[in-house]
Amino acid sequence: MIALLEGIVRGLGVGSVYALLALGFVIIYKATRVISFAQPALMLAGVVLVSHLAGPLGFWVALPLAALLTAVLALGIERGAVRPMVGRPAFVVAIITLGVDVAIRVVVNIFIGLDVRNVHDPWGLDSWRIGALQVQQRHVAAFLATALLVAALFAFFRFTRMGLAMRAAADDQEAALAQGVSVGAVFALSWALAGALAAVGGTFATAGVSFDGNLWLTALVALPVIILGGLDSLPGAVLGGLGVGVAQELVATYQNDMPWLGGNVSVITPYVLMLLVLLVRPYGLFGTREVERV
Amino acid sequence: MTVATKAPRGRPLLFTSYPSEMSLFPTTTRKVAFGLLLAVTAILPFMLADAELQLLATCCIAAIGAIGLGLVTGYAGQVSLGHAFFLGIGAYTASVISGDPDGRTVGLGVTNILVWLPAAGLVAGLFGVIVAPLATRLRGLYLAIVTLGLVFIGQHIFNEWSSVTGGVGVGRPAPTLEIFGYSLFTTTASVTRDQKLFWLMAALLLVFALAARNLARSRVGRAFTAIRDRDIAAGVIGVNLARYKTIAFAVSSFYAGCAGALLFTVTGYIEPTSFSLLLSVQYIAMVLIGGAGTISGAIAGAFFITLLPRIIRELQAFLPFISTDANEVPNVLQVESILYGVLIIVFLIFEPRGLFGLWVRARNYWKSWPFSY
Repeated sequence: MIALLEGIVRGLGVGSVYALLALGFVIIYKATRVISFAQPALMLAGVVLVSHLAGPLGFWVALPLAALLTAVLALGIERGAVRPMVGRPAFVVAIITLGVDVAIRVVVNIFIGLDVRNVHDPWGLDSWRIGALQVQQRHVAAFLATALLVAALFAFFRFTRMGLAMRAAADDQEAALAQGVSVGAVFALSWALAGALAAVGGTFATAGVSFDGNLWLTALVALPVIILGGLDSLPGAVLGGLGVGVAQELVATYQNDMPWLGGNVSVITPYVLMLLVLLVRPYGLFGTREVERV
Repeated sequence: MTVATKAPRGRPLLFTSYPSEMSLFPTTTRKVAFGLLLAVTAILPFMLADAELQLLATCCIAAIGAIGLGLVTGYAGQVSLGHAFFLGIGAYTASVISGDPDGRTVGLGVTNILVWLPAAGLVAGLFGVIVAPLATRLRGLYLAIVTLGLVFIGQHIFNEWSSVTGGVGVGRPAPTLEIFGYSLFTTTASVTRDQKLFWLMAALLLVFALAARNLARSRVGRAFTAIRDRDIAAGVIGVNLARYKTIAFAVSSFYAGCAGALLFTVTGYIEPTSFSLLLSVQYIAMVLIGGAGTISGAIAGAFFITLLPRIIRELQAFLPFISTDANEVPNVLQVESILYGVLIIVFLIFEPRGLFGLWVRARNYWKSWPFSY
């Protein structure tokens, strides 16, 4: 029972990271109808920035600064590689972002170097005891940060002028353009937001432990998450992220009881989950069914 | 009624019947060019060193895999990031069939290439058919992500199932190149090992490429392109979407399986971590850089991507700031991976038809020379 509860808490912590990353994917998808495979590179760039800046500036200054810089990097990608492709098939743009990802990760890996790096976060592996339950602080921090960011994002989309413009552009680009919404600015802002979210998500993903170049694989877990939640659903991304996180940690807790699956089966749980859900619901749990005119 | 099948002299592009337009080599120039290419391939092993031949043999194998991905992604328009998974299935099927029965890993001891090569293709094709129902339900980017998931699941199985794959860092021997007891992988007095290797792979590439070309110009191929251009419209005019998507995946996986089986015979060893997302991206790059929707483009792309590390090493002599030492920055490996990414971006933005498109441009320029069009 304790193992189960601890697994769920861990899962919520890990899942918050997935939720942040998935939100980035969904925001870009809603604005531009493109899945950005460049997210892993952005996340890695953000984490590396935090790890370099946290030494001289401290974690709490480094995190927002790194998020800002990653947002600028994302803006650059949008301008340089994605904007010229407006109007081309979504798959072509997706493959371009894949190319961007490969190229940027090489550069970022240079800054990781051969040493062990970490983000100098204040939590480490410390934990609180609640009765018999042991809860790691970093998981709580990740969950709270995600809750805060999600609330801020939803408020932004709901109550600000730009948020309204983004929702309008996501709904119908041409109609929004005709109403005076700058769709270009919407594209740019969506990429910037996704970049910042990736940087924050990545930092919490590696809080307490060291990281290396393989951290980018974590960002790919956001792909099954958005497929589960539905490509164009923000609540779907959050719930999907938490759900996948919990499922993954529960499998990790109990995988020793199923040795025939091989070690570390929890790593592929999100993908298996995705396949199973897609067989039943091809548009994810919360996604809108695509209606297409011929 | 007589049907004119031959184009009049001097008007090579005037076709007077559908069969002549769709024939394998529609113009005399193509026939001559193809004949020349065959001749060059046949005598090439006498002119190149063994190391180069080995590299070119690898290119031929990669081309078989790229043609397979080209059929499903370039012709049928179904984006698959899961090619590495099918390559892996083929590689392990073949090595299990031809493996040593008394060895450390599972093996059946049937070393004849005529047995393990088709078997590898068929097993991979079977997995393609199993995956196909997902493709018939999903479209576009959803499919890309699902096939990406396939790579991760496949990697887990390959890494963990060590009785078949040998496990991470250890691996298992590749299938034995042998036909009815005659080894294709040993140096004899008259021909070296790499000469044999090159001829074998070039011949196989020829067979697979012609088969793909024939498929592409048949009813099935036309159904593929119809689905790619507009799947709903294709469905309305009577193309059975489920059936043809399944065929596309099956054929593509068959090609991938065969390529996977052959790919590691050159190095002799299969390591389970080889079948990663990077391998899939490489094959996507081959198809896109070569030119999606053409067989010759896929072959050109495969040669280009496979030769890329070698090209960079040659260029390194002229660009001294690139280091060959893996601990220095920037080194050859980094330049290589960046180039994969940058080339994909540059080709997609500036020449979406890929290398094939460059060739078409050059040809059209000289055709209309000295006029611009």
